[in-house]
Amino acid sequence: MTIRLHGGVLIAAAASLVLTACGAASTSSSSTTTTSASATTSASAAACGTFNMAINPWVGYEANAAVIKYVAEKQLGCTVTTKNISEQVAWQGFATGEIDAIVENWGHTDLVKKYITDQKVAVDFGPTGNEGIIGWYVPPWMAQKYPDITDWKNLNKYASLFKTSESGNLGQFSDGDPAYVTNDEALMKNLKLNFKVVYLGSEAALIQGFRNAETQKKPFIGYFYEPQWFLSEVPLVHIKLPAYTPGCDAVAAKIACDYPPYHLNKVVSVKFANSGSPAVKLIKNFSWTNDDQNLVAKYITVDKMTDDQAAAKWVAANQAKVDAWLK
Amino acid sequence: MTTTISVRNLWKVFGPHPEAIVNSPDAMLSRSELRKKTGATAAVRDVSFDVGEGEVFVVMGLSGSGKSTLVRCMTRLIEPTAGEVLIQGEDVLHADGARLREIRRTKFSMVFQHFGLLPHRRVIDNVAFGLEINGIKKDKRYARAEEVVGLVGLQGYEQAYPEQLSGGMQQRVGLARALASDPAVMFFDEPFSALDPLIRRDMQTEVIRLHEEVGKTMVFITHDIHEALRLGDRIAIMRDGGLVQVGTPEELIAQPADDYVANFVLDFPKSHVLTLRWIARPATSDAELQGPALPANMVIRDAARTVLEVDGPVRVMDDGALLGVVSTEEILAVIAGAQG
Amino acid sequence: MLQRLRTQRGPQLALLLTLWVVLGRLFAGNWTFPLDRSSLTPFHTWLGNGMDSIDANRNTNPIMSNVVEGIRNGIDGFVAALQNLLSQPPAGHQFPLVGWLGVIAIVTWVVYATANWRVATLAGIGFYALGALGFWTESMDTLALVIAAVVIALIIGIPLGILSGLFPRFEKLMTPFLDFAQVMPTFVYLMPVALFFLIGPASATIVTLIYAIPPALRITAVAIRGVPTVTVEAGTSLGTTRWQLLRKVQLPQAKRTIVVGINQTIMAALSMVTIAALIDAPGLGQVVVQSLQKLDVGTSFQAGLAIVVMAIVLDRATTAAAAKVQRESVQAARTRLRRRLGLGIGFVGVVVAVLVSYFTVFGAQFQGSGFIGLPFADAMQAGADWVQLHWSNATSWYTDLISNWFLNPLQSALVGTPWFLTGAVVLALAYMFGGPRLTAVCALLLAVLVGTGLWSDAMVTLAATFFAAAITIVLGVFFGAWMGRNHRVDSILRPVLDAGQVLPAFVYLVPFLGLFGATRFTAILAAVVYAAPASVKLIADGVRGVPQTIREAALSAGANTWQVITKVELPMARHAIALATNQGLIYVLAMVVVGGLVGAGGLGYLVVAGFAQSSLRGKGMAAGLAIVVLGILIDRITQAASQPRVRASIGNGH
Repeated sequence: MTIRLHGGVLIAAAASLVLTACGAASTSSSSTTTTSASATTSASAAACGTFNMAINPWVGYEANAAVIKYVAEKQLGCTVTTKNISEQVAWQGFATGEIDAIVENWGHTDLVKKYITDQKVAVDFGPTGNEGIIGWYVPPWMAQKYPDITDWKNLNKYASLFKTSESGNLGQFSDGDPAYVTNDEALMKNLKLNFKVVYLGSEAALIQGFRNAETQKKPFIGYFYEPQWFLSEVPLVHIKLPAYTPGCDAVAAKIACDYPPYHLNKVVSVKFANSGSPAVKLIKNFSWTNDDQNLVAKYITVDKMTDDQAAAKWVAANQAKVDAWLK
Repeated sequence: MTTTISVRNLWKVFGPHPEAIVNSPDAMLSRSELRKKTGATAAVRDVSFDVGEGEVFVVMGLSGSGKSTLVRCMTRLIEPTAGEVLIQGEDVLHADGARLREIRRTKFSMVFQHFGLLPHRRVIDNVAFGLEINGIKKDKRYARAEEVVGLVGLQGYEQAYPEQLSGGMQQRVGLARALASDPAVMFFDEPFSALDPLIRRDMQTEVIRLHEEVGKTMVFITHDIHEALRLGDRIAIMRDGGLVQVGTPEELIAQPADDYVANFVLDFPKSHVLTLRWIARPATSDAELQGPALPANMVIRDAARTVLEVDGPVRVMDDGALLGVVSTEEILAVIAGAQG
Repeated sequence: MLQRLRTQRGPQLALLLTLWVVLGRLFAGNWTFPLDRSSLTPFHTWLGNGMDSIDANRNTNPIMSNVVEGIRNGIDGFVAALQNLLSQPPAGHQFPLVGWLGVIAIVTWVVYATANWRVATLAGIGFYALGALGFWTESMDTLALVIAAVVIALIIGIPLGILSGLFPRFEKLMTPFLDFAQVMPTFVYLMPVALFFLIGPASATIVTLIYAIPPALRITAVAIRGVPTVTVEAGTSLGTTRWQLLRKVQLPQAKRTIVVGINQTIMAALSMVTIAALIDAPGLGQVVVQSLQKLDVGTSFQAGLAIVVMAIVLDRATTAAAAKVQRESVQAARTRLRRRLGLGIGFVGVVVAVLVSYFTVFGAQFQGSGFIGLPFADAMQAGADWVQLHWSNATSWYTDLISNWFLNPLQSALVGTPWFLTGAVVLALAYMFGGPRLTAVCALLLAVLVGTGLWSDAMVTLAATFFAAAITIVLGVFFGAWMGRNHRVDSILRPVLDAGQVLPAFVYLVPFLGLFGATRFTAILAAVVYAAPASVKLIADGVRGVPQTIREAALSAGANTWQVITKVELPMARHAIALATNQGLIYVLAMVVVGGLVGAGGLGYLVVAGFAQSSLRGKGMAAGLAIVVLGILIDRITQAASQPRVRASIGNGH
């Protein structure tokens, strides 16, 4: 219920299915070892060796990992072992030696304290460049038809539009992923909104809800976040809540302000950080924009490319950015 | 005649606290009363008898009378509750596991109502099964199996599987299997009751023939009085777990112990079993002693023609001594009685 | 007799129900144990702390670091070895050791050897189809897991089954565990297993084992007990030792039934390894779960079809093998010789194919991967899109109708009634059907349920379960009676039902979501799709089992078809219907966690949330416990109500 929990669980895209894995369909199985296909066994390849990268179960993460893996294998000659694994278990992996790198971390204050500050088995490797936003969204057609709906103050005016058989007399506000502890129930109460929070149970259900709402022009309001590939399909419109100020969410039951912004970062094991592998520099320098990530995520989800194909396509068009990471 | 099997005060009680029932006054209650009172069923109660060497001893009773349990207690397929079973003087009930197996492998064998053949084995392997588990080498046990296959008339079927044979043929396999170990005693548990009447008759003849050839001691369970009278040297009638009467066929028919036994033998043509001994009467005058002489142990049916052909009565002689006379009236009374 | 009992019970039941409704209204909203989503009871906190300490001591506790880790490493190694053979290249190789050509050759040959050439052809084509569908590697991953799980399940299950068959007392000891394992919804034990064995192949194999051992064990016990007493007596009377009796008399005759058990074990394993994708089991299940995340209907059907194909091949092959165990004995010497010759020649072919698949890229890498699967996926996607576009107005109207008129009243009655009132009704039912012993058991279970602190959520789940089960039974009676009477309908519907039973629920979840939204009704539909095949089949078999003479007697008395069905066939199939009701409820309950993913709320949502949030772990675990308790309550009471006791030991599905 505190900030740390939000971040902890954000896991946004993570689909309910939580522990699920997200490796690209084509690379198949969980712990796939893919040896570099390039025949170049240069000195750098020998120096790079093998490292283990966690794949957390949401497509945005998958996009980061795809590009890093592709560059490490194709341009540095490394061997990257990917592990489909949930966030919290991935952090554990720093201690057991199973995981060397997490390449999109959402907060996790508790885990940061445990593994970075206390046990000193992991280190923060800086931001990914992506900004995480959590909030309330409506489908674009509603923002067009009811322009003032994007301010929370006007929501009660439209509450009756959102009535369903699941929400009774109130409007239905949809929460999706059970991985996330939301403030939405408290917000409804504290902002005196006539909505009932209904838990759809999975990210998939939430996305499907927004998608149906847009194609069939049905009223729908719910919790969402970016970066998220679905936003490239349906550009959901963010609703303004009372602005976030540090500490405004200190007491869970009294929260009446927006969610905090997230600066996503990378975390690696101390062992890997000290290994001298060229991949260390790659991961440390890796940084790109939300648009970059959404593009690769779109390649994977909408265009149904494999991770490698998606990464190859993006790298081909952005070699300059890649070169900057490798410098 | 030496005694091969000796059964003494054998009990089998199913249910709670079986030992407590043995020899208690409750045991004498009727079956349903006992069940109501104690929850137990006395399947075999206080049974004693002896079987002589080479004898065919038939246990006969209706279903539920305890005869199958009795034979299983004697072979310890069911553990008896109390009593004693001696086979060739050895106490079967106190044999330990190894000794019991040894006894089963060498001293007795059993033929079952539903044959109990192993469907996955050929005839020859079924016959040799007892030898196989006794650790006898393959060529030796096959040689012996061939021998008994010949004895029961199964030549040519050695390689068949049981399911390819008729019921009668399958029971021949069962017989052969029982014979293979050359046991002293053979137990038959209603072996022919699953067969058609004609085949049943054939098989009975087969058993009589085998008995003449190999002379085994046999304990034969049946619910068919005709079969019992046909095969048995002696017959034990069982009811509600106890023996009602033990005797030769003649004794049963001539002097049934009670109505129960009498009812059994009611339909049976007495003239086929009874001998002249049972109907001879003292001569009333010297004139009656003029007829031909017949031996006392001649079956009435065989004597009938002679008796009916002569005018007066015939003399019945037992070892040269006059036992009495029999005239047409006595013969007709037996034959008519059988039909009435 | 049952008829008579029922007429006696009728008024009692009605009275009980009326009392419950009236008193429930009277006290509505009191003593109902409501609990917020994120609130925890001390019990939940305690559970959560316990789980944390297991995590914390993983490397220090000797039991954890030796035994648990040892098991995990052993199983992981076993699976990895199989994967190296079939799906994943071992270190230093570019391809798995046996390529697609070799695998198809081996499968075809093995099926020919254990079954017949017709099924062998089917198996060969089926396995080729896996590649043509585009999922060769994933299919082989799934196969590797299935093999690992089945091998271990049989190694454990068959000996225990033999012991159960031989010693009734041992069986009595096993029964509660087996009942528990079969009633426990599969999703519920994913978390505890993953807690100890972490996620990955080892956990996947273990959860699959829990699901696959019971059928192996139960059917082996049935097989041993099914050996005719007379052959056992015959063996004993010839002086066999116990071991000789088992080896030479009992096992050979039980073999056929044991092979049926192996079939059931394989099918159970296959259906579970796809669910185990949730704890990172490799293979087809991954594809399905990932497509759910990306809402990719086409791909999920594509992978679902691959699972169905594999299920059909494994099912037919083992069924044919079981049939052959018997026939083989009577085979003429000449056919046997010809077969051996065929097998010999085939073996040479297999060796050649394996070598080709090892040494050439052509044999190692599936050629033309996905040439069937991709168009199929596109077609399914197009179909789903069309249906969604054109039907969703009607379907959402329908969803509202059902929810407002049936589901909401039922749910608010169950949720709003004081817990002790509902508990009293449960106990009264237990007493009516099962007597004092069952009542005591149910009282204990109710106490546990209250103790989980999740009464209110449990009632939400119960409402959905009852409603889904009711639909399931109606479908079961309708289609079951139809199939039981009509062989043609049976031959058309049965393959559809078979497919429905092996198709992972995730496959149809996305289209359902599109049509019915994230609502309780969607969850109920998913549960019905999952549960109905078993119920329909059970009732169909029951109706078919009605003796022809009785039917003829009714017809000759002038009954019309409707009368024959309602007055003869259904009453006579009532045990099948009772069993179908029991199984329907259990199957439906098994789906509540999946329902939690699509809007059903209740316990299922809590289990899912417990998976995802460390702060809710303990609550999720408690929710899992509550589901199990509900399952046992429902199972016990429905079984008692369908006296004489019908055991759900075998034929459980498939």
